[in-house]
Amino acid sequence: MSALALAVRDSNTMLRRNLLHARRYPSLTLNLLLTPVMLLLLFVYVFGDVMSAGIGGGGADRADYIAYILPGILLMTIGSTVIGTAVSVSTDMSEGIVARFRTMAIHRGSVLVGHVVGSVLQCAMSAVLVGAVGLAIGFRSTDATALEWLAAFGLVVLFASALTWVAVGMGLVSPNAEAASNNAMPMILLPLLSSAFIPVETMPGWFRPIAEYQPFTPAIETLRGLLLGTGIGHNGWLALAWCLGLAALGYFWSTATFDRDPR
Amino acid sequence: MTNPAIAAHGLRKSYGDKTVLDGVDLTVPEGTIFSLLGPNGAGKTTAVKILSTLVSPGPGSGPIRVGGHDLATDAQAIRATIGVTGQFSAVDGLITGEENMLLMADLHHLPRPDGRRVAAELLERFDLVEAAKKPASTYSGGMKRRLDIAMTLVGGPRIIFLDEPTTGLDPRSRHTMWGIIRELVTGGVTVFLTTQYLDEADQLADRIAVLNGGQIAAEGSAAELKRLVPGGHVRLRFTDPDVYRSAATALGEAARDDEALSLQVPSDGGQRDLRALLDRLDAAAVEADELTVHTPDLDDVFFALTGSAVPTQTKTDRTDRTTQPEETVR
Repeated sequence: MSALALAVRDSNTMLRRNLLHARRYPSLTLNLLLTPVMLLLLFVYVFGDVMSAGIGGGGADRADYIAYILPGILLMTIGSTVIGTAVSVSTDMSEGIVARFRTMAIHRGSVLVGHVVGSVLQCAMSAVLVGAVGLAIGFRSTDATALEWLAAFGLVVLFASALTWVAVGMGLVSPNAEAASNNAMPMILLPLLSSAFIPVETMPGWFRPIAEYQPFTPAIETLRGLLLGTGIGHNGWLALAWCLGLAALGYFWSTATFDRDPR
Repeated sequence: MTNPAIAAHGLRKSYGDKTVLDGVDLTVPEGTIFSLLGPNGAGKTTAVKILSTLVSPGPGSGPIRVGGHDLATDAQAIRATIGVTGQFSAVDGLITGEENMLLMADLHHLPRPDGRRVAAELLERFDLVEAAKKPASTYSGGMKRRLDIAMTLVGGPRIIFLDEPTTGLDPRSRHTMWGIIRELVTGGVTVFLTTQYLDEADQLADRIAVLNGGQIAAEGSAAELKRLVPGGHVRLRFTDPDVYRSAATALGEAARDDEALSLQVPSDGGQRDLRALLDRLDAAAVEADELTVHTPDLDDVFFALTGSAVPTQTKTDRTDRTTQPEETVR
């Protein structure tokens, strides 16, 4: 069997193992969905009137505000889901089974690839679920074409891959599940400091550069542009650069950590 | 027998400034059971981890060959030859026993039908058929260990590492495990076993190496090792001081403990030796209230091999502990 075929086969086996875990114990994934869904409902139904009045320059319009925050909520869903990835990687590494994998003649990276692909699939599913909640409470895209929907989905998957590789690295360096969950906390805090809920222009001047150039904002603005027809500008490239950069960083960090002797 | 299954020279490993292995040489002929015996922290697990490619040998280690492959250059070939059952169960607790087995079959790249057949056979052989559909996390310690070994066997390894396979098992499970290990070598498989129990090494191993403080303190068959140990004795306890005194006179060479009214007579614990002792007691017309045969155990081997002087009092205290492999005849 060629090296590549071996790698694909072993990664596929590991993916099936991780999906089996997720299917048998769905509570972890579902719990992680609660935060974005709660925030969506909270901001729309509780803060919605004030927020939309503040953003729209007078005249409260809840439907507009749903449209405004859904892209951010979708990416926050990904941030939330990959916390689960960090936790499950960390838990996995403390189990004897991974030590067993290391002593078997399998493709070494397959353990991590299985986690990554599983996590990205989970992210995509979670985003679809949260998106469905958004649609149910009144989100409508502004004349997005099929191609734009596709691009939006592609961005979600790319963003999920990037955050997942970083989360896998966080899981690998965390000694236990609690530490992994703490280390991955920025994944769900960063969206709060982005343009997810309010435009960057409404933030204090000193804070704007931070909010504008952190990974979430360009991705959110790009998603908004694709679904709502707002201007994307340089945000598309920024989002792409962040995704590729984080994915590469997470990949090299994770594989280097995994290749080291186990603790 | 030309090529040893395992040959390691000058195995070294340190973690920080703590030296765990300090120049260990190991040679294990094919098709034999080799036991690495030592207390907690002796470096047994580290040796297994290195030989099974889990961690890299420390700088300054000599050449290491497992299954004829060089560890430094061909670790993947070694992995294809070996099976490892670690000290802490290497089963996936979130999935069922059967799924664990099929996972192993997939990772050994067995065709689907073969994988199912091998998994079913091993589950049957290790008495896990009933539990096969339950999550492995619900298994008892003994069941987990059996599943662990069953998983190790899926790929048909030629060399099997078992790191303390019976630690934490109840006596029945331990005996089951011993039976399993004996069965393994009948098929020509080489077993590298670590244990902290002398009786376990005694029962199973063709050769035993005693590891202490990162170095091999002694190596040989169980009988050879026990000959190094002066710990074998018979302990006689009396309640009547007069009887005690006459017994002490009759058994001149016995070590006396006047306060406890007990005598320690050196003995190998064998039938002939015991009969001779009883004959002498009968001839002197004394009757001991309690007779305890103390056979050499791991502690004795260690005290003997590491050369640390053991005060008699400490030794008596240890003898009184019920954890000793003693048989009391009343």
